[in-house]
Amino acid sequence: MFQSRAQKFARRYEKPNPDSRDRSEELKREIGEEETFFSLMRRMAHENKLAVFSAIVILLFILGAVFAPFLTRYSYHDMDLLNRLSAPSAEHLFGTDEAGRDIFTRLLYGSRVSLLTGVVPTILSMLGGAVLGVISGYHGGWADALIMRLADIMLAFPSMLLAMVIMYMLGGGLINVFLTLALVNWASVARIVRSEVLALKETEYVEAARVIGVPERTIMFRHLLPNCLPTMIVLFTLNVPSAILTESSLSFLGLGIQEPRSSWGLMVNAGRQFLYNAPWLSLVPSIAIMLIVLAFNFLGDGLRDVLDPYQKR
Amino acid sequence: MLHNALQRLLQSILVLLGCALMIFIMLRIIPGNPIAVLMGEHADTAVIERMTAELGLDQPVLIQFFRYIGGALRGDFGTSYSLGKPVSALIASAFVNTLILALMAALFAWVLGVISGIIAAVKKNSILDHLFMGASLLGVSMPVFMTAMLLQYFLSFRLKWFPIAGTDSLAGFLLPAVALGWNSAGSVARLVRSTLLEILEEDYIDTARAKGRGQLGVLVLHALRNAMLPVITMMAIQLSGLLSGAVITETIFAINGIGRLAVQAISARDIPLLQGTVLFSAAIVIIGNFIADSLYNVLDPRIRRRG
Repeated sequence: MFQSRAQKFARRYEKPNPDSRDRSEELKREIGEEETFFSLMRRMAHENKLAVFSAIVILLFILGAVFAPFLTRYSYHDMDLLNRLSAPSAEHLFGTDEAGRDIFTRLLYGSRVSLLTGVVPTILSMLGGAVLGVISGYHGGWADALIMRLADIMLAFPSMLLAMVIMYMLGGGLINVFLTLALVNWASVARIVRSEVLALKETEYVEAARVIGVPERTIMFRHLLPNCLPTMIVLFTLNVPSAILTESSLSFLGLGIQEPRSSWGLMVNAGRQFLYNAPWLSLVPSIAIMLIVLAFNFLGDGLRDVLDPYQKR
Repeated sequence: MLHNALQRLLQSILVLLGCALMIFIMLRIIPGNPIAVLMGEHADTAVIERMTAELGLDQPVLIQFFRYIGGALRGDFGTSYSLGKPVSALIASAFVNTLILALMAALFAWVLGVISGIIAAVKKNSILDHLFMGASLLGVSMPVFMTAMLLQYFLSFRLKWFPIAGTDSLAGFLLPAVALGWNSAGSVARLVRSTLLEILEEDYIDTARAKGRGQLGVLVLHALRNAMLPVITMMAIQLSGLLSGAVITETIFAINGIGRLAVQAISARDIPLLQGTVLFSAAIVIIGNFIADSLYNVLDPRIRRRG
């Protein structure tokens, strides 16, 4: 995916010959080849320590979610009615909830849902938004008008209210949360990709491709879409936290994830009635949400700095 | 200029109609008769049928839609199933509260955001800059309910400075407004800082300095004027965010606003009320966008001349 443009070009449009590698090097020099993905990442690691730290935090959260059963000796639904609403202690790291369940354990299991609702709908909305954005920007005409008016309509609703209506339509549950978040978020992705494509459309290489008769679909998805990738990577790291926030807000209102499944937003909601005698019930999952969102935002900032050379800092 | 404005107005109206159609379709593809759900399982089928016919729910969706739009143009958004009052009256009384909340939140966000953004830009890379930018990222990353509950716990419950919930006095709006504005303050501060930094490098700023204007004069008379343009666009974008956040804030602080009305409508399966509140919020966002666009046109001579 991240092989250099020159290499790709050399492979596809040059006759195979023994020194094609050299040719790609030559081309690379000619067109001022950009850095590879890994050298970019190395540069980011060098320039922005905070982004690296955030990446590590995110990794820790993911590991915690995956290995949840090994990290705690409680199960997430085991009740201990003699030990209800107990304050954080060595026994229960973050205390227990109203049914005596260990909050640390529930936090670990809840992170599975929260991380998934961050990533899965974001991938869905990115894919959908990117395809529609490329078509809209490159094809223009009626397709553009149709897609963009639809996007206008979606973006006119305050996202929370739109998500509430779609959740009401679909009913609660994990899969429906995925669908809802994807439906709410595709429009802004489509708009951004479209504007990117509008600019790329005028570049020489697209014109060259058009002139030598490359089919429209190939231009859109082989030439334009991969060049939107840097933007989309940044967009991804910024959309994941907003999806996590929306999910937690939905679950907080009781419209998202349903019991017995647990998510951080649901934990905050359940703890709210004990805010005054056991504030940690709501606070601990809130802090978890904030940390993961913060980490993704820092990572997104770091990525944007290296991926977008035109942006001033 | 006028032509442009008319075109934008027409487009806004079309988008609003699209919103109405979309919400209408979404709320009508839910399987099952809403009346039957509303009246419970022991209701008489004849009664259910009569009610359905009375409310026009047996008509095709498109007919229902045009009836709804026709009514909406006359200010009639139907009658709430659960509260038995006209939706428009319910929205009108709720809107006052949401408006006060949103305006106060916006004011808080703007004052805090613009001031800290300016300080951060002027004292770039100082401790203050890092402090403000760290705080603004924290602001952007905190879920609204977290800010709200923290404020409620510490300032209302522990220190008893503010009422815990309710809107008997304006003081009741203060904490919700801060909770709601906190996120926006962060993004405003970041935007003001980055725009201002860019502008301060422009040649005309050097010219102004060379002509002997002091730091404050350059900032206020020359830089800020241009820095406000993208910030105004952001205001419109944030309107939608404020209305989203208001759903949570109003629920936590028990404010009878549009957001809470929508939540109540959902739990009561009250379709006319839900439809009304969501559509009303979309209308607010669309109007906000229209105003921001127009303002932008007036304020930016480059666009004005082109149009």
